[in-house]
Amino acid sequence: MHVEVRGLNKKFGEFHAVKNVDFSIAKGQLIGLLGPSGGGKTSILRMLAGLETPDSGDILFHGKRVNDLPPQERGIGFVFQNYALFKHMTVEGNIAFGLEVKKWPKSRIKERVAELVELTGLSGFEKRYPHQLSGGQRQRVAFARALAPEPQLLLLDEPFAAIDAKIRQELRSWLREMIDRLGITSIFVTHDQDEAIEVADEIMIISKGNLEQKGTPWEIYKNPQTPFVASFIGESTIVEDVSSLRGFEDARAWPGTKGLIRPEYVEIGKPEEFQILSATETGRVKHLQFRGSEWLVELEVGSTRLVTYRSLEKEVLHPGDEIQVLVHRAYLFNDNDSWIMENKLKEDRMYVEI
Amino acid sequence: MRRLWIGLTFLVFALLLGAPVVRIAMGAWDEGWRGFANGLTRPEAVHALAMTGLIVAAVTVINTFFGVIFSMYLVRAAWLGPRLKKLLNSIVDLPFAVSPVIGGLMIVLLLGPDSALGGLLGAAGIKIVYALPGMILATLFVTFPLVIREVMPVLQEIGTQQEEAASMLGAYGWTTFRRVTWPQIRWSVVYGVVLTVARSLGEFGAVLVVSGNILFKTQTATTLVYQDVENFSLTSANAVALVLAAGSVALLLLMEWAKSRQKHV
Amino acid sequence: MSSKFQNRWWGWGFRSAVMLYFIILIVLPILGIYGQSLSAGWQAFADNITEPLAWKSVQLTVIMALIATVINIAIGTMAGWVLIRYRFPGRSLLNSMVDLPFALPTAVAGLMILLLLGPQSPVGHWAEQLGFSILFHRPAIVIAMVFVTFPFVIRAVQPLLEELDPAEEEAAYTMGASKRKTFFRVIFPNMLPGIVSGAMLAFSRALAEFGAVVLVAGNIPGRTLIASVYIFGEIESDNAAGAAAVSVILLTLSFLILWLVNHLQSRRKTA
Repeated sequence: MHVEVRGLNKKFGEFHAVKNVDFSIAKGQLIGLLGPSGGGKTSILRMLAGLETPDSGDILFHGKRVNDLPPQERGIGFVFQNYALFKHMTVEGNIAFGLEVKKWPKSRIKERVAELVELTGLSGFEKRYPHQLSGGQRQRVAFARALAPEPQLLLLDEPFAAIDAKIRQELRSWLREMIDRLGITSIFVTHDQDEAIEVADEIMIISKGNLEQKGTPWEIYKNPQTPFVASFIGESTIVEDVSSLRGFEDARAWPGTKGLIRPEYVEIGKPEEFQILSATETGRVKHLQFRGSEWLVELEVGSTRLVTYRSLEKEVLHPGDEIQVLVHRAYLFNDNDSWIMENKLKEDRMYVEI
Repeated sequence: MRRLWIGLTFLVFALLLGAPVVRIAMGAWDEGWRGFANGLTRPEAVHALAMTGLIVAAVTVINTFFGVIFSMYLVRAAWLGPRLKKLLNSIVDLPFAVSPVIGGLMIVLLLGPDSALGGLLGAAGIKIVYALPGMILATLFVTFPLVIREVMPVLQEIGTQQEEAASMLGAYGWTTFRRVTWPQIRWSVVYGVVLTVARSLGEFGAVLVVSGNILFKTQTATTLVYQDVENFSLTSANAVALVLAAGSVALLLLMEWAKSRQKHV
Repeated sequence: MSSKFQNRWWGWGFRSAVMLYFIILIVLPILGIYGQSLSAGWQAFADNITEPLAWKSVQLTVIMALIATVINIAIGTMAGWVLIRYRFPGRSLLNSMVDLPFALPTAVAGLMILLLLGPQSPVGHWAEQLGFSILFHRPAIVIAMVFVTFPFVIRAVQPLLEELDPAEEEAAYTMGASKRKTFFRVIFPNMLPGIVSGAMLAFSRALAEFGAVVLVAGNIPGRTLIASVYIFGEIESDNAAGAAAVSVILLTLSFLILWLVNHLQSRRKTA
């Protein structure tokens, strides 16, 4: 289903939960609504579902306005955060509910339920009640129940929030695979960026009721359009005076501009580890933290603190060591604007080489 | 220490609860089986018990119906603002704080023959006070909070998500209520109903005031017991009281059972 | 569209009917009694209350209810504690018996006490020999009130004791507190909100009690006539204004207690 939203607004009393949100989603895509808790993601989802009425704005499915359509008529599957399984019904009963309500013939209901039980790997659990299932199984029941009436759009509210970290990983790939196989347009809400990046075709970043940016995970990472997006995605440190870093002296032209530098923008090492020593400057290791697969290194360049990773394969550093630091790029922003600035010396050198 | 406390508790229960129950059970047989049978089968007792049964049936049906609907409104309705809900919620409790006699007085004041409304209805040939409608009304007032107080917390606890899930699956209000909400509140409704039956069975003060306690017309089982005591015919009083007490104990056991079911669902 | 419109009208009508039922059944009578008692002006209201027998009955009711409440606090705290903390044969039987006074018709309760304490009964006989009588005197009123309000404190204390985390107690022991000290410093403060709200509900119920008391009190004006029986007497003798005035006093007192209990409970929830 093609979904389009125009100028969506929602207030709860004084609280402006959703502010003028516009977007459109192509058929068959899996979209992640990502942002901090209380930012308005769930409100958007609930308005799409018809569980909440927008104060203004239009919601269109296949180009048809559905604002006045009750949730019962929208043909949407919804997976609730805590699954909201019917406690007094078995797995079968839960999955069949929507079909019974829609008065499917008994034989077809039986077929469809069997099909979904098979699809979600719940065979053998049909007669169990929700309280006899594990978290992951409950989630799959909720998923099967939402899919049973063959909806054209699937909405999932924090689908993995209530699940143990270990199984979460497994369920994520399972869900991704399942949605790919069914080709159903899906939107899920999450506050976990890893989850959004890993599962979604496209991410919409929502903060304080605003849609900050919409794009593929790679686009958003590479080219954040607002400071919020830049700081929210990935790890980063904010540098007050970027022009003090070697290669970024030009930043002096924009007073009041701060820099955001990701760990992966920074390269460190002993002098012999660099080919172009001229672009580096000297720093000092402040603190080292073993991260299991790499070192997290905190360092100081002049009065600026930076954070970066270092491979376990390389020579081990110690706090207090003098090292060479190369900052590849920085994301600059001020109150009106934001852009990416590459290290000038690095570019110069490449130019010379050619 | 432990033994002392347990012993003391047993003693208190035996003296305060056990002894009176045993005494009334024995008292009914003071004049043997015949005395008991006579106490129960005299025409005024039969009539009084029938009146009580009628009131219990009417009150239970009406209060259960409105109690469930009102609980739904107080917990779920969006058309009631939160302030109004809070106000209504505290009003629901008021009958608990009202002495039954005062509850009866209220109805006499509003609908009695001397009141404007009562005069009007009386002219139209409808008698409320000193008649069955007034007695039902008084008992409705006294038992009004019972079902609501049992159902509301359960509704709050189960939350709205399952109902929302049902609506996303295409179910409208009545289907959602019948298939999703009702199965989860039904045992608390049963519990509330049992409480209502027990309370209306035993209602005395309010009914006494409203009924005028007219023999063969508005006398109920409890007001008959009262009258028998006033007339010093304790054995007859005992027989009716024993029936009422047995009914109450049966209801108490039913309550325990409903309570344990409530916990399981 | 038109069917939806109709539906909305139906829904609206139904809601209004339910709300109207509520107002007529609950709100109107309460307002009515306040209206009636004040309809002849403040002076008449004051006269009705300061009528010596009326005022004495209110005083007596409050004092008797207070005594009954104090007794219930002691019994209820002990029974609540024993029923939750100790395991012994007969425990579940006792636990089911707690609700008996709620289930029994109050008139039947009155009759029970009457039979148990009457002059022909061993207890009555024995008391008479000692030179005092219970039935138709004030002790009977207190006993009736205690019986009727018996479950309140127990039922309010039990959930608090059940909720109490055993770790709290164990923490006190590890810090060297004795059993006695632990009880008074750790457990008792946790039970206190239940005791207070249970006691207030019991007090309010005792103030309102009619059925059990009317049968055993003797109802001697000025001596054993409690307020609710006084109200009943005034209704019987067609003095509605006098009955309404005393009712208003009792009602206001009960509403205040109810409000206080609700207030305390909501504060406890938010705390």
